[in-house]
Amino acid sequence: MTYQAEVVVSLKPVVNDPQGLTVRAGLHQLGFTEVTGVRVGKHITLEVEGSSEAGVRERVAEMCERLLRNPVIEDYTIELRPPAGATTEAPPPA
Amino acid sequence: MRFGIAVFPGTWSDRDCARAIEVLGHESVYLWHRDHDLAGVDCVILPGGFSYGDHLRTGAVARFAPLMESVQEFAASGGLVWGICNGFQILCEAHLLPGALTRNASLEFRCESVWLRVETSDTPFTRACETGAVLAVPVSHGEGRFVADPSTLDRLEAERRVAFRYVARDGSAAGDASPNGSMRDIAGIVSEGRNVLGMMPHPERAAEPLLGSGDGLRLFGSVVEAVAERGAFATSSP
Repeated sequence: MTYQAEVVVSLKPVVNDPQGLTVRAGLHQLGFTEVTGVRVGKHITLEVEGSSEAGVRERVAEMCERLLRNPVIEDYTIELRPPAGATTEAPPPA
Repeated sequence: MRFGIAVFPGTWSDRDCARAIEVLGHESVYLWHRDHDLAGVDCVILPGGFSYGDHLRTGAVARFAPLMESVQEFAASGGLVWGICNGFQILCEAHLLPGALTRNASLEFRCESVWLRVETSDTPFTRACETGAVLAVPVSHGEGRFVADPSTLDRLEAERRVAFRYVARDGSAAGDASPNGSMRDIAGIVSEGRNVLGMMPHPERAAEPLLGSGDGLRLFGSVVEAVAERGAFATSSP
């Protein structure tokens, strides 16, 4: 079965994010003054073969640890979408 | 002595390094990223550039090149490994040096001459300089802001492993003259064993007066001196 994994890699809160600060300044310039914080990260979509959600999640976590993020400066989150037609844990209708 | 210069897809300072070594009257060989053979060299240089297009993160993919397995072993056995610019980024990704290099605080790619203060002459790469000497060496990078957690930074300072700091021309604190906003103005650090150096500036681009500065040659000269005195730091042949 092919699962879709959405990995979001973001800078740790303690790491200064000049890109985020620049985006925030731009939003303020446009009048969105209610924006108090912006962090810019990376969104990586993976298609992964596997027989169970738990197994796929474990493998994707290992991928994050070994390559997708730099543990010195970055955190990550993983979201898994089950294969199309799966009966369990299907996403809610849009 | 013999320097080895690693070549990854996207490396761009390999020939500049070879030229600097030629100016000094020594030999260099190129080391292809797909090979494991370090060709018996006394010092491996990981030069500047954009290995593997800097995809994902700078140095993140180069770290897994076959050549890097040999470089890791060579470094672990005491061999001299010198990462310049992208090479520094690779060494951090490979955990041969602590910390990480992130986007410049200015968000700009900076290509300009900067002033570097030698923070310790107690390394094989700086022994021909006096501690406190100020060198003119160019930088050329978009992601050179050195970051590490405070305890790592304190440890680097306590063990005198900060090799270079960005400074103003007179050697005082860089302030706004920092090209990238590095923590504590750190421009280069050495490993615990002092045999691995990572630095963002390009000494090979300051290797003859025609280039505006010959200061960078003192670092190459240091390595030659160190190897002449001690012999090979580690064997790089199988």
